[in-house]
Amino acid sequence: MTATVTALRTMTMVAAINDALALALERDPAVHIFGEDVGVMGGVFRATDGLQARFGAARVFDTPLAEAGIVGMGIGMGLAGLKPVAEIQFAGFLYPALDQVLSHLGRYRHRTRSRYHLPMVVRAPYGGGVHTPEQHADSPEAILAHTPGVKVVIPSTPRDAKGLLLAAIEDPDPVFFFEAIKLYRSVKEEVPEGHYTIPLGQARVVTQGDDVTVITYGGMVEVAQKAAAAAQAHGIGVEVIDLRTLVPLDTETLLASVQKTGRAVIVTEAPRTGGFHSEISAVIAEEAIEFLRAPVVRVTGFDAPYPPFTSVEDVYRPHPVRVARAIRQVMNY
Amino acid sequence: MTRSRTSKKASSPAASSAAPDPALPDPHAAGAAAYAQADAQGELFQLIAPDGTVTHPELLPDPATRLALYRQMRRVRHFDERAWVLYRTGRMGVFPPYGGMEASQVGTAAALTPQDWLFPTYRDTGAALAYGLPIPQTLAYWRTSPHGWAMPQNLKILPFYIPIATQYPHAVGAALAEARQGTRNVAMAFIGDGGSSEGDFHEALNFAGALNASCVFILQNNGWAISVPTRAQTKATNLSRRADGYGIPGVRVDGNDVLATWHVTREAVERARRGEGPTLIETVTYRIKPHTLADDPSRYRTDADNAGWDAKDPVTRLRAHLLAGGHLTEEEDAQLTREIEAEFEAALAEADAFPEPTPAEILDHVFAEPTPQLARQRAQILAEEGA
Repeated sequence: MTATVTALRTMTMVAAINDALALALERDPAVHIFGEDVGVMGGVFRATDGLQARFGAARVFDTPLAEAGIVGMGIGMGLAGLKPVAEIQFAGFLYPALDQVLSHLGRYRHRTRSRYHLPMVVRAPYGGGVHTPEQHADSPEAILAHTPGVKVVIPSTPRDAKGLLLAAIEDPDPVFFFEAIKLYRSVKEEVPEGHYTIPLGQARVVTQGDDVTVITYGGMVEVAQKAAAAAQAHGIGVEVIDLRTLVPLDTETLLASVQKTGRAVIVTEAPRTGGFHSEISAVIAEEAIEFLRAPVVRVTGFDAPYPPFTSVEDVYRPHPVRVARAIRQVMNY
Repeated sequence: MTRSRTSKKASSPAASSAAPDPALPDPHAAGAAAYAQADAQGELFQLIAPDGTVTHPELLPDPATRLALYRQMRRVRHFDERAWVLYRTGRMGVFPPYGGMEASQVGTAAALTPQDWLFPTYRDTGAALAYGLPIPQTLAYWRTSPHGWAMPQNLKILPFYIPIATQYPHAVGAALAEARQGTRNVAMAFIGDGGSSEGDFHEALNFAGALNASCVFILQNNGWAISVPTRAQTKATNLSRRADGYGIPGVRVDGNDVLATWHVTREAVERARRGEGPTLIETVTYRIKPHTLADDPSRYRTDADNAGWDAKDPVTRLRAHLLAGGHLTEEEDAQLTREIEAEFEAALAEADAFPEPTPAEILDHVFAEPTPQLARQRAQILAEEGA
């Protein structure tokens, strides 16, 4: 962590994100924030609260309701020397913009041989657990991780959210920054005041243990922690790894842990087939199979759309009991 | 906006009528007859008729400008013609020709300075050359050499856009960024009649209007989206009218009259520089040639479809005008031919000297700093393919 830190302040994750955005606007006149309802209203989750009043409508502005237009316009702004920070209101509404993302966002440095690059950030709330309306709870991170030239960051704590978002905005290349809706206001933590960054591509060891490695990120980190605490009560040492960023992926940290424990459980709330959990499983299979004492187990959503039915939402979205079951499964193999 | 004297179109968004339009003739529907009818309706803004006679003497640019536009059209036509030959001899990749559309591309792109942005599509090699993209690099792009993608530092041009319509929102962002940084530079983006069906086209026009972006949107209506004629693309075949829906000016111009495209584009660029927002310019032209050099148009169109378009050729039209007016002699024209040929052959020799990329170059320029994953993949290529 690089920092010019003075004091600590207890904050929610959404407040930490707001703080990071304000600092970025303050530090770099090239930073511009835009999207649906981000200006006057301050965003549907209040992530941009107060920013337009403080920095003006030229720096923080509302756009027409059109995601391809938002991302496409941001690409043009990035080409012409600004640092665009776009908000997509929900990750489930990113899809109209996928043409811009897949066709251009990750390609510009490559196709112009670095004559142009896109220092752009796209923020989007993602994931379930808070009974949002239909189609508001998707986890499309694997689509972005599968797109060359795009980085993917998914924080799980207020402190990480602020440091990673500042790093994402300062990164010379495009970064998708997914914010777990579930964590916006449910988690509070002491966050350093002032500017600091957390480098992209460095996983965080959340809890240490010798028996099982649980690899996860974003909204699933707290679920994994609860399962780990329950297993710990039964004498099972669980090492929880928060990847923080999917691209770049810190394989060193996760492989070191799997080599130590010999067991791996991967937890995401995304659909099962072809999810990023599958990539992690493949990395472990290629790099650490001789250390494994049990098959790699994935605890994930299902190959069905995220259910809009509140009473059974937790069947789809992994909960601590399901993760604990997977931990027992690899222990008893 | 200057419009033809008999235009029935609203000259500003405020004046546009909400009533449904009467059906307008589609200038591509049946070749020359419909084109003439459209002219009679006053729908196409034009300065010189196909035979070279002047229809708006008061709007002609000075002779030096007319000559400069002629030279540039001859230059980009030569590239298009040589591309055919190079393709057939294996010295060029698949190339989308634009021959016959030179007025649409030169009269528009030539209105920019190198400080302005140009977002060309794969059909707009002529526009890129007129804007200032060097011929060797242009050749390199169509021969799939990396040198064709590394755009010159002194220009604001992007590599030719392949996914249809995606460039339009980029132009909005570039124009907005220029304004935010205190310049008066504008952004020009090209699109075709097919591309105007895409969602990005509509989102960009709406964004540009709502945000007052300094954009000049060129819509080259060349009658065909590969095999689909404009009349099958949309019921609203007067594509310039789409501007009305976004509260921005729309102009329809004879796309084979370079003086008309130049005049209209200059006006739009100046308006944008003054901060008066975007313009949509529909250049009505024709794709006489195939979609690409690998395409066989006889599968989807007949000679009747193409009838009359040769007679409206933009290059011979301006040449006739310049010869008749004494601004050009046959000898000067022959000398121009020799200069253009010499320039191209020298550029071709330069392009021939560009080295082929090494295997590991496919992993260059993904990120500023390669990720550990890319570093490992690079090592793999070096081990398996050699440097």
